[in-house]
Amino acid sequence: MSTPEILFFIMAGLTVLSGLLTVASKNPIHSILYLIITFFSISGHYVLMNAQFLAVINIIVYAGAIMVLFLFVVMIMNLNKEDRNFSKPFVITAASIVSAVFLLLTVRIMMQSDIGQNQLLLAEGEIGLTENLGSVLYSDYVIPFELASILFMSAMIGAVMLSRKTKKEKRESAR
Amino acid sequence: MIPISYYLFLSLILFSIGMAGVIIRRNIVIMLMCVELMLNSVNLLLVAFSKMHQAKSPGTDAGIEGQILVIFIMVVAAAEVAVGLSVMILFYRKVYKTDVQFLDRLKH
Repeated sequence: MSTPEILFFIMAGLTVLSGLLTVASKNPIHSILYLIITFFSISGHYVLMNAQFLAVINIIVYAGAIMVLFLFVVMIMNLNKEDRNFSKPFVITAASIVSAVFLLLTVRIMMQSDIGQNQLLLAEGEIGLTENLGSVLYSDYVIPFELASILFMSAMIGAVMLSRKTKKEKRESAR
Repeated sequence: MIPISYYLFLSLILFSIGMAGVIIRRNIVIMLMCVELMLNSVNLLLVAFSKMHQAKSPGTDAGIEGQILVIFIMVVAAAEVAVGLSVMILFYRKVYKTDVQFLDRLKH
């Protein structure tokens, strides 16, 4: 096995393990930390595929901003240990069976065709570099780029407006 | 060089873990986090396919659209998390619980 294969298997094992621990851990803060480890290992996959810009953006946006937002919200909410975090055992077994069957079906469908034999270009290639991605993004895809900025502005306005206190709540909290 | 089936396996496993997580967990924060896990598995698969297209015609800009789509998926996921978490905090201010079984106000 060559070095890229060994690296792939190490990082894939770390990704799947931390994904499982995210779903299965009782403490929500532990779940968030395991999800951060998952994002770091997916960034490792991106580095293996020489998608450098996406690796760094994944760490900055997902692990650095979104997960910190989750952590702040969980810390605001003061979660008790007595709250029931998991569904009933019947639902757990049914969900596991359904997702296992889904996995089995999709893997079998994938193995029918020979698309799986196509090789990947690992650790080489120029399309993941910031310069090439930027030149395509600003020339061919400039309209979605500008629309993304409008989307962000609307999300920001929505988030600020939703968390304002109404006049009634201000009066109640001032009493 | 790795065949693409490795990344297809990995992405499908992560996606089904996230899907099972959304069904199994009852805490609304963790359900949102499992949705993020599903989005990330799709991102990984998109980048893998972009590298596969580049391997077929190396030296050109063959598969770059996949990575640009990943950028936009991250954009939409970030906006969705911001708005979703603020809705969730609004809900928490009313009920002071995070269990999704209390999200049944439309029933009454």
